[in-house]
Formats: sequence, C-alpha cells, structure tokens
Amino acid sequence: MMATNDLRSRLSRVKGLGAAHHGVQHWWLQRVTAVALLPLSAWFVTSFITAMLSSNVVKVAIWFASPLNAILMVMLLAVMFAHARLGVQVVIEDYVKSPAAKYSLLLANTFICFAFAGLSILAVLKLHFLDMSTSI
Amino acid sequence: MQSDIKAVLRPTSPHLSIYRRQISSVLSITHRLTGLALFVGTGLIVLWLVVAAYAPAHYTTLHSSLHSGFGQICMLGWTLAFYYHFANGIRHLFWDIGKGFTLPVMHRSGWTVIVFTLLMTAVTWFIAYTSTGTLS
Repeated sequence: MMATNDLRSRLSRVKGLGAAHHGVQHWWLQRVTAVALLPLSAWFVTSFITAMLSSNVVKVAIWFASPLNAILMVMLLAVMFAHARLGVQVVIEDYVKSPAAKYSLLLANTFICFAFAGLSILAVLKLHFLDMSTSI
Repeated sequence: MQSDIKAVLRPTSPHLSIYRRQISSVLSITHRLTGLALFVGTGLIVLWLVVAAYAPAHYTTLHSSLHSGFGQICMLGWTLAFYYHFANGIRHLFWDIGKGFTLPVMHRSGWTVIVFTLLMTAVTWFIAYTSTGTLS
C-alpha cells in the first residue's frame, strides 16, 4: 500500500534508483572495495616492511617475479584506485559548491585514478616479465 | 502568538568553532582526512613502481629521499593514516550492517581504533627497522 504522502511514481518506486538515478551502486561499490582492501592492504604493508625496504632495485624486481606477488599487487592497485576514486568523489561533492570547480575536480579525480592505476599496473607487469639475465 | 515566535532566538547548530569536540565527530572527520592523505600516498606507490620498472638507475635516489628526515615524517604519517583508515573502515562496515550504534559501544570501538592505530604503527616501524638487511 502506497503511503499517502509519497509523491513518487510507481515506476520510480519499483526502480528504486532515487534522486541520483544510480541507486545504491556508488555506496555498495565503496563497501565491496573496502572489504577487498582489508586483506590486500594488510598483505601489502606486511610485504613492504619485510621484503621491499631495500635500496637495491633488483630485490624489488625479484619480489615481483613471483606470480602470486604480481597478481596480488595488480589486484591491490585496481581495487585501491577504484576505492580512492569513490571516496574522493564524495569529498568533492560534499565540500565544493561551485559547479565549474566541482565538475572539473570530479573529472580530474577520475582521470588521475585511472592514470595512476594504469601506470602502476603496467610497471608491476614490466617488473614481473623482466628478463633478469639481460636487464638491470 | 506571532511575537512569541520572534522572541525565541535559539542558537543554530552546529557552530563548529565553539561546539565541544566529541570522539564521534573527531573520528569521523579524521576518517576523511586520512582517506585524502592515503590518496596522496598512492601517488608515491605509483612513483615507486614506475621508477623501479622504468628508471631503475634512479631507484637509489628515491630510496634515500624516503630515508631523509622529511621522507620519514611522511612515511610515519602514512603509516598512521593507513592503520587508522583500516580500523575505522572496519568500524564503518559494522555500522553498515546495523551493529555497534549504541553510545557506549561506539565510544569503545572509537578508542579501540585509536589504540590499534598507535600500536600497529609502532609494531610496523619496529619490524621495518629491525628486519635484517632490508634497510641497507
């Protein structure tokens, strides 16, 4: 039974997408990436302080030669930048009032997150597929 | 009747400058601030990977600048920000499933986050400085 003060159409109610027309997609993806980041980020910090504080770049390359380390790092980077983009987006939407500044920053946020993800994943792949006998 | 309404000059809220700080609001804004700080920190992860993969000759420069006084202060800040955002993020996930909303539980979980952050930062830096050979 529809409440008498509900001004939304039946179609709007059944779609359940709300005023932003995106439903809970943003909110849900923020949580999914947060849950995924718990093990991935804990793994990264543990690995970083035990294996990668060396000034010797070869040690870093050897570490990324492992398929497990490489794939976990790629997963971390992809999820981390997805999570960062969603989080920074909300901060911009909350505090930046001028539409010109707001949409410029939102665009910059998206571009930076995709660029960072692409660059860092490419670097991990290069380190992983590096032929140690000829390079470095 | 109308004069009565005009006479009531209640203070509007919140006046952030005079409003007494509470653990709930301080931890809430700290979650955002640490999120933004970590976003800046992801830039360093990108730089670290790109230098290791594409400019290995400059890796020692990056390594030594991170071991300068300023570099170490930044790393300490990011360690604190990481553990805070990690622990408080778990707190948020519990709220998302409807748990831990009562004031005593919320205060206890808040203090737990603070203690966890300080403790894990200390443990992490202890391991980083004592694990053999990694800082050479």
